[in-house]
Amino acid sequence: MRTTWDRVRDAALGVWAVAALVYLFVPIFIVALFSFNDNKGRFNFTFQGFTLRHWEHPFAVEGLQTAFVNSLVIAALATLIAVILGIGVALATIRYRFRGRTAIESLVLLPLATPEVVLGAALLSLFLVGGVVRGFVTILLAHIMFTLGYVVLTIRARLEGMDLHIEEAAMDLGANEWQTLRKVTLPLIAPGVAAAGLLAFAISLDDFVITNFVSGQTQTFPLFIYGAARQGLPPQVNVLAIALLLIIVALMFLNLAVQRRAGQRDAAASAVLVR
Amino acid sequence: MDQHSAPDIALDGITKRFGDTVAVDDVSLEIPKSSFFAMLGPSGCGKTTTLRMIGGFEDPTEGRIELAGQDVTRVPPYRRDVNTVFQSYALFPHLTIERNVAFGLQQKKVPKAEARKRVAEALELVHLEGMAHRKPNQLSGGQQQRVALARAIVNRPRALLLDEPLGALDLKLRRQLQLELTRIQRDVGITFVHVTHDQEEAMSMADTIAVMNKGRIEQLGSPTELYERPRTAFVANFLGVCNLMEATVVARHSDVVELDTADGARLHVAADRVNGSAEGGRLRVGVRPEKLRLAPVGQASGTNVLRGHVTDASFLGVMTHYVVQTAAGASLTIVAQNDGGEGLELIGPGREVDVTFSPKHCFVVEEEHDDA
Repeated sequence: MRTTWDRVRDAALGVWAVAALVYLFVPIFIVALFSFNDNKGRFNFTFQGFTLRHWEHPFAVEGLQTAFVNSLVIAALATLIAVILGIGVALATIRYRFRGRTAIESLVLLPLATPEVVLGAALLSLFLVGGVVRGFVTILLAHIMFTLGYVVLTIRARLEGMDLHIEEAAMDLGANEWQTLRKVTLPLIAPGVAAAGLLAFAISLDDFVITNFVSGQTQTFPLFIYGAARQGLPPQVNVLAIALLLIIVALMFLNLAVQRRAGQRDAAASAVLVR
Repeated sequence: MDQHSAPDIALDGITKRFGDTVAVDDVSLEIPKSSFFAMLGPSGCGKTTTLRMIGGFEDPTEGRIELAGQDVTRVPPYRRDVNTVFQSYALFPHLTIERNVAFGLQQKKVPKAEARKRVAEALELVHLEGMAHRKPNQLSGGQQQRVALARAIVNRPRALLLDEPLGALDLKLRRQLQLELTRIQRDVGITFVHVTHDQEEAMSMADTIAVMNKGRIEQLGSPTELYERPRTAFVANFLGVCNLMEATVVARHSDVVELDTADGARLHVAADRVNGSAEGGRLRVGVRPEKLRLAPVGQASGTNVLRGHVTDASFLGVMTHYVVQTAAGASLTIVAQNDGGEGLELIGPGREVDVTFSPKHCFVVEEEHDDA
């Protein structure tokens, strides 16, 4: 028998859940909404009418395009390099026992635990002392550094679940180290690599704090928004922000779909192994 | 078999240390062509490490490994003419069965047409013709095991290394695959090196067994040799139940040696079993349970008679298991075939009995040299 109390509790739970979702999604909704705002003047704080004008000309604000492209290029390069390095670190620390292994394991993860301001300030003084001109390259270096930890963590998780003997079997059948990596190890850890890359890309793309310290004259998308916010954000920023969000969500769903297929394969395979 | 060619596999003073632990301790052996060789021992005895060194997955700390007379000690696995069947099968989960089996041939750049033919033959050999296009996870454990075998054998290696290949399978499937492995070995004539901890498996399949313990080879020989003439207590106990009795040499004749047990019984052991022990030397005499005969007191005749009383008798149909306590306190296990139809009512627990056995059924083991 459902008592009145049960019904009240269910209703309250529903309200609570909706409230939580609203709390999470209202900011994003506002950003999306104001990308369609037909704003008059510099400010984009009151909704004054619907327009597609900003979506048609997303780069109509000076400097925005350069900053946006910089961010994408840096994120792509940082991801690529961090993933290549990360595969190496993950393989080395999982597969081999050597002096300094634990040290490497914890050092790679250290940036994850360090406050970003501290990292940024440290990098800035490093570059200043070293006389390095700050700009595109220093941003890229910083991004590789702080994404590497996430990449290693993600790929390691994948490698840990893998039977070591599979690689030995490949070598037993005539594949040298490089062929084994290409034909067996990489295909098997591909889902982990994809997830790691996605994570690194997203983290690099929206980093503000560290980038702000090491950017020099170079603008990235987050830096541009921060600068623009003081004089009123142009709606084009909203357009690009939402576009980025959609791209990343799409990539995530794609990765999820691919992983689900691979996951079914692996679950069945490991079920047999466990027996 | 060609007597003059080098053995397929030769190990010379192989030692493997992992930090302070010695996994394999100065092992030397030769495995002749086309033999079915088993390495038998409890877990941690070094048998798998030895196999992995032959395969190239571990570097020996000391010693030499030769394949067909060629030194391969520092040669990586992918340039050794041996293939391994792993305990976990280690199939490539992302490739079909066909491409799993073809992997080695592709690496060796065998022409496509020939590779396809050899893959088909290998799958036929292990009765998996219809499975070529499946993925490993769509196969049962036994089938995956066969794929692992086909994937190795298709390369026609000099020797096949099998690391507890049946360890993950249930008993019925194990027995079936044991027969199949023996058949395949006979069919293809490749040397098999089979690592196992199951003495029945080793005895039923191999023509030569190396019994390993604490990183050393305790004894090497045919299954019958190891069973009937074990040289150490470890081998005697590992290859089945055995009764060991302490005894002192009292006289040596040309055909038998006379010994006294602690409870004063006189034992006679065939002279060729006792090497070099002078009078007064202490030995351990062993007899297998099925070689012992039970008789009511006073009715026994024979050269070796031990007096005792039955403490346990379990009737198992085909045979009866007895435990007899001798006067000196030694406990003997006796297996009596149920060939006469007489059973428990004749010799039940509590009865005084005489245990007899023939001098030619005795073996002598070395005193334990415990280096613990």
